[in-house]
Formats: sequence, C-alpha cells, structure tokens
Amino acid sequence: MATFKDFRNDVAPNWCPGCGDFAVLAAMQRALANLGYEPEQVAVLSGIGCSGRISGYIHAYGFHGVHGRVLPLAQGLKMANRDLVVIAAGGDGDGYAIGLNHTIHAIRRNIDITYLVMDNQIYGLTKGQTSPRSAVGFQTKSTPKGSIEAPIAPLQMALAAGATFVAQGFSSDINQLVNIIEEGIRHPGFAMINIFSPCVTFNKINTYDWFKQNVVPTDTIEGYDRHDRNKAMQTLMETDGMLTGIIYQDQETPSYQDRIPGFRKEPLVKQPLKLEREAFVELLEEFA
Amino acid sequence: MVDQLSWKVGGQQGEGIEKPGDLFATALNRLGYYLYGYRHFSSRIKGGHTNNKIRVSTRPMRSLPDDLDILVAFDQETIDVNVRELKKGGVVIADLKFNPALPEDVDVRLVSVPFTEIAKGLGSTLMKNMVAVGATIGIMDLPIEPFQEVVTELWGRKGQTVVEKNMAALEEGKKAALDIVGGPLPEFKLAPADGKKRLFMIGNEALALGAIAAGVRFMSAYPITPSSEIMEYLIKTLPKFGGTVIQTEDELAAIVMAIGANYGGARAFTASAGPGLSLMTEAIGLAGMTETPVVIVDTQRGGPSTGLPTKQEQSDLNAMVYSTHGEIPKIVIAPSTVEECFYDMAEAFNLAEEYQCPVIVLTDLALSLGKQTVEPLDYDRVEIRRGKYLGDETLPERPKEELFKRYEFTLDGISPRTIPGQKYGIHHVTGVEHSETGRPSETATNRKKMMDKRLQKLKGFRIKTPIHVHAPHDRPDILFVGINSTEGVIREAMERLEKEGLKINHIHIRQLYPFPADDVRPYLEASEHVFVVEQNATGQLAQHMILNVGYREKIHRILKYDGNPFLPKEIEHEARALIKAKELI
Repeated sequence: MATFKDFRNDVAPNWCPGCGDFAVLAAMQRALANLGYEPEQVAVLSGIGCSGRISGYIHAYGFHGVHGRVLPLAQGLKMANRDLVVIAAGGDGDGYAIGLNHTIHAIRRNIDITYLVMDNQIYGLTKGQTSPRSAVGFQTKSTPKGSIEAPIAPLQMALAAGATFVAQGFSSDINQLVNIIEEGIRHPGFAMINIFSPCVTFNKINTYDWFKQNVVPTDTIEGYDRHDRNKAMQTLMETDGMLTGIIYQDQETPSYQDRIPGFRKEPLVKQPLKLEREAFVELLEEFA
Repeated sequence: MVDQLSWKVGGQQGEGIEKPGDLFATALNRLGYYLYGYRHFSSRIKGGHTNNKIRVSTRPMRSLPDDLDILVAFDQETIDVNVRELKKGGVVIADLKFNPALPEDVDVRLVSVPFTEIAKGLGSTLMKNMVAVGATIGIMDLPIEPFQEVVTELWGRKGQTVVEKNMAALEEGKKAALDIVGGPLPEFKLAPADGKKRLFMIGNEALALGAIAAGVRFMSAYPITPSSEIMEYLIKTLPKFGGTVIQTEDELAAIVMAIGANYGGARAFTASAGPGLSLMTEAIGLAGMTETPVVIVDTQRGGPSTGLPTKQEQSDLNAMVYSTHGEIPKIVIAPSTVEECFYDMAEAFNLAEEYQCPVIVLTDLALSLGKQTVEPLDYDRVEIRRGKYLGDETLPERPKEELFKRYEFTLDGISPRTIPGQKYGIHHVTGVEHSETGRPSETATNRKKMMDKRLQKLKGFRIKTPIHVHAPHDRPDILFVGINSTEGVIREAMERLEKEGLKINHIHIRQLYPFPADDVRPYLEASEHVFVVEQNATGQLAQHMILNVGYREKIHRILKYDGNPFLPKEIEHEARALIKAKELI
C-alpha cells in the first residue's frame, strides 16, 4: 500500500519559502495515502498561478491546464473514468475571478471531484495585484488606493449554489486540513474546499498570524452540526467567512453520475468503442 | 411528366410549418426520389415568415433550384415574399381563409383550398397542414399510401382516432384541390423514381451518428444555432449506449470538458458555431500544446459577432485555420455532403488520436440543417484507430523514479500515449513548454526540439480524399473551386456553362488545413482561370489557395454573403460576368 512518500516526486517546488501551498501539497499527499490510494489511481488537475504548479509536485497523474478552466477539465476526466480520484486545484483568482462561472456550475452539477482553492487574497505569480478575495481597502499594485470592490464570499456562494460539501482549511492547521481533504475525497459528490494559504511575499495583511487570530474552527462552536445548511450559512455570516473545518455536508444527494439515466458504473473509458452492428443499423430506422 | 420540381411551404414561425414539409419529403424519399431541403427561418420563436423549400428529383441534386413550381401558403405574407420565385405556370396552393391574392403581373395559378375550414370540420384547425399536403398530393398526382404510412408513424402514439383524422385531412385536401382544378396537373407529375431505400436526414444528425460510430459516449456542448441538433440527437441516443451529454455553462467549459475526457482516454467532442468557436480558441491551443486529442465541430453561420445566426455563410475558414495564439498542429476537415458528415466525423476521432491534436470538422448551415436524401450509411466502413495509445498489455514496467515519457522525441514527432489509471504510465501534462516527461522546461534547446516535434506531426499530412475532383478536361478554360455545401450548386452552374462550349473542371476542398497544396496544384496549373466560389465577403478560400499554391493572377472570386445559399443561376451569371469584364476567354 502506498504511503504519503509514494505521492512525492523529485521536483523542488518553485513556491517562495513559507508559502501556504506547501502545506496543501503535504496534506493532499497524506490524505491520499490515508485513504489507501495508489498514485496511478489519482489525477491532480490544476489551473494557472502559483497554486497551479501543484499538479507537478505530486507523484500521480497531473494536468496543468489553462487559467480558470480546471473544473471543466476535471469534470471531463471524471466523466471519462469515474474510477479515478480526481482532484482539481487552483488559486482564488483561478476559481473566483476568471473561472467563477465554472465554480458555481460545478457545484450545482455535483460531479464527484474534490476542489482545493488555495486562497491567498492576492495575485502572486503576476507579482501582487488585487484578487476577488481581497478585502475592501486592500492596497495592491492594481489598487494603490485600496480595493473598492466587495470580496467574494466563496463558501456562502457555494451553499447558495447547492453545494453538497463545503469546507475550509488553513495551511497552519495541517491535521484539520488532512481530515478535510480525506472527507472531501470520500464525499460522493462535488467537494468545495477553500484553504487559507498565505502568500508570504505579496500579502502583508492576511498573514499566518492574522489568520491564526481570526479563524473560527467549527469544533470550537458548541453543538455545530455540519448537516444543518441554515446553521452553516448563518455561522459563515456571523464569522465573516472565517469558519474552518467541514462546514456543511449533504450525504443524501447522489452524485451527478449516479443520476444520469443509463450511465454505467463501469467507466466510459473501459467500454468498447465499437457498437454491435445491429444496434447501429437500428439507429438508422428513424431516418428511413 | 417532369424529372424534378420544387415545392415550398410557408407561414408564420411557430405554427408548425416543419410538419407538412417533413411529411411531404419523407413520403417522397420513400418512393425513391432525391430530396434537398433548405429552411428559411429567423432567430425567434413565434412570428415572422418562415418557409421550407424542397427540391424533388429522380437523380441526386445537391442544391436549391433557381425557381419554384409549387408554393403552399398559409398566409398572404408567404405569397408576397415568395411569389416571384415561382416559374411561369407555377401554382400557389393557399388557404382560402385569408382570401389569398396574387399580384397582377405574375403568370401563376392560384388554387385556394379551404385548409382551415376542412381541418375545423374534422375537429382541429391544427390539421390544416395535412389538408395542404393532401392538396399537393392531388395536384401532383402522387400516390397517397406513402403519406398515410408516414402519418401513422407521426401520430400513432396519439392513438387511432388522431391518425384517422389526419388521414381524412389528407384525403379531403386532395379531393378539394382536385375539385377546384378539375384533375391532376400534368406539368407537376413526377417521372417515377427508382424506389430504392435511402435515408433522409440533416448533416447534424449524420455528424452525431458519425460520433457514435466512432465510439463517442460523451459530449459536452452549449446550445447554439445551427449546431444544437448534434447535441440534441446525442442527448436522446447516448443513454442507449451508457453515454451522456453535459450541457455546459458556456463553450469554454464545453471544449475543456471534452479535452479532460479525451485526456482520460474516452472519445469525446464538442460542437458549436462561430461565437462558440471564438470562445474555444484558448483551449484549442491547450489541446495542441498538451497533444491531447479532441474533436470540435464548427457549423458555420453568418458572422461576425452574433451576425446572422440562422443564415448560411462560410466565413470561419480563417478563424479555424489560424485561431489560438502561438503555433500548434491542427487539422481542419470540411465534409461537403451529409454522407461525408458521417464518415468524416467518424474519421476525425481517428485522426485526433493518431496525431494527438485538435481536429476541427467544419460544416456550414446549409449542410448542417438542410434535410436531404442520403445513401445508406455503412457502419462497416468505419474504422477505429487509436494511434500510439498504449494499452496496459503493451506498457512495460518501470520504476517509480522513471516517469513515462509522454512527450518522447520520435522520428514522426508522435509520442506514445498513456491515460490516467495505468500503473506504468504516470506522467505530467502542462500547457507550459515541457520536457519529454511533461515537466515544465524553458531551456532553449528543449523548446526548439519540442516545437519541431509537435509541428513535425503533420508534415505531409493528407486525408484519404483531401479534394473531390471532377476534371473531365486536360486544359480547361475554368477551374471551379468550392468548399462544404456548395458542391452541388457549383456542379449545376458548371453544366449550364459547359453547354455554351466552355471547358470546366471542378475541385472541392475537403482538407482545409494543413492545405493539400500538392493535390490542388496540378488542377490550378492546368486551368486557364480559377473561379473560387465562397459564401463570404473576402474570399478566404482563395486566400489559402494563393498562400499555399500561388497563381494569384489566375484566381477570381465568386462571393455571396447575404445569408442565403448560392443558387445555380447566381454562379452561372457571376461566372459569365467575370469572363466578360476581365475578357478572360
């Protein structure tokens, strides 16, 4: 059985020392090993940005696509081969700016994949511009007088879009993060996981310390019930989105693939390409 | 008796004008006639004039005729818009209800039949369509049985009473028309057809069938005119084979999902029209860079921007050849008949896997939506070839440290391919320039080698039939060149010009990119002049010929971009005008 070391490769990440993304990578590797998967059963697909490099740093199948389109890529792969563990990963720019459309629709669709958003509230790879997650007043190269746009509230948005699994992690709390990712992979539907992953180079406001002081883990809230959607929404509002842990889970709704009429348990990719000749001839009858 | 005629039915959009056209054509198709249809419609749901013109012939005729023999009108607008298309002695069969009137200066006969009144008497005005078809049957002296057969199929689900009422509507329509005109009109009596069984379908249905035949079980697409019928057919049909269609949030998702599914080893595709293809251009580059197979259908319509969404045009040629930044290997094939829509579509998936690159299947609205007689589609002609895809049985064991070389340098530039799930096939894929194992690499040496490798793949690429050739002359006066749906109309114009003693050859381009210069060159060389017939304003096909083959001075353009398909007489007149104006011959 594979250990987390089997999910490591020999590529040195080009992330800055101290980048929150290191912890996300490690947590993903641990979660996969804990769940007993082998590297060839796993595909990690990613968008563009610092976070997008993550698919190249894990020993598994990896696909580093175009900016904002990791979710369609991952959903297409899962449609082709439902036996694979498919993890999509990207940053807040990827998922909440250029790719927001896909995020909402992937949530609604509920295909069984896991989505990790490394949320650092800034554009890192382009060297410090505002992100859709930057707070009002946040000064960056592109908002020298401070951002005047309201930040996206991704988890409230996810709940509103009908998410069946909503969680939030923090790069400093690796045990919680491993647990969240494990649960997300096990969840039979779309798992939306936002991760506070601080940018140590360009974001001097939302730092590790800042997060440590502001996050509210669900297990510190007495009687928190992750199956209560209203409560989840209310608590997210009350904590201004700083809630961490598994915030909401609906285990009743089947995944997209289990709801498609006639869709088989056997992956598409393992089914024969050739039809029975008679089956094809039968199709032509409609046109006679 | 005539060996061909044309019939048109018109009315307000949303009133079920498709039904009588379909019934008329399906029945005649079963009698063995060749049908060629074109629907004139607008980008709206209710209201506005719409019509369906159908050419009936005892031999294959893949174009619209210049004029019209019979016009069936459900409103005065239909007469006003179309009456001048009727030939001398043509007939208008109109609903008496709207007190139809003809302009004074036309030599056309009006037969007013109480469509609505008869239908009402049978229980529902909806059946006025059937009465109209019945009137046609009477006037053309057609056997009523094949029509009754189709009616039974169309309404069988709704029960015997509905079927019988519709049958009665046919009968009464026929009787009413014959009472008015005094008997069938011999000038509209068709010579008997060969009675052979053929299919009757639109290009989009053939494309969808081609995909199924090629093993496609997944499509991702966003609705758009004139491509939606492809996804609609597959939504209906794929569940029978364990497959499905996802209607995505946009065309960006549609193509990227198809790329994801192909990366996973499935055969998947997307289809759209100009606006959707514009959105897809970045992802086409991703497929090219990552060497992921993907098939994309572009059903051309009037551009630019939203343009003429429901009209015929061929103005995406440049966009399909050039779209995406940077330089990638890409294949663009262009079927010219509905049959070829089927076979080319099936072959597109082989090419995509063999060359590991995007393959665009280019059609145009007239080909995608024009319903026509189709020779039986032969499933046994469909091959499945997967190129250098390695199954587990051919994939050697390797230690963990040694990644699979997904982008291995090879003589032909094509590398072996594995898919996720294979134990010894693990590799990385990225749209960033990369090494043989798919790791990002920016070194100058690797960059050059990788670019050369990817572009090497299509050196000398040629599909089996890159051009159609109809070249009876060694030294013709004129070579006609066209692409997609215009093959039939060019041929018809050509035949007329040949009667005047002109020597004419015709080639039709089926492989647009890489341009089959070696195949085209001899025909350009041999001909005195070249007339490129295209449905766009700038002569895009002519540009590609000049760029790839040369002979700029020989090449002249016959262009149409008003949204309607070419008629034979238009090509004929333009050709004559060109000859005269430039004193060519």
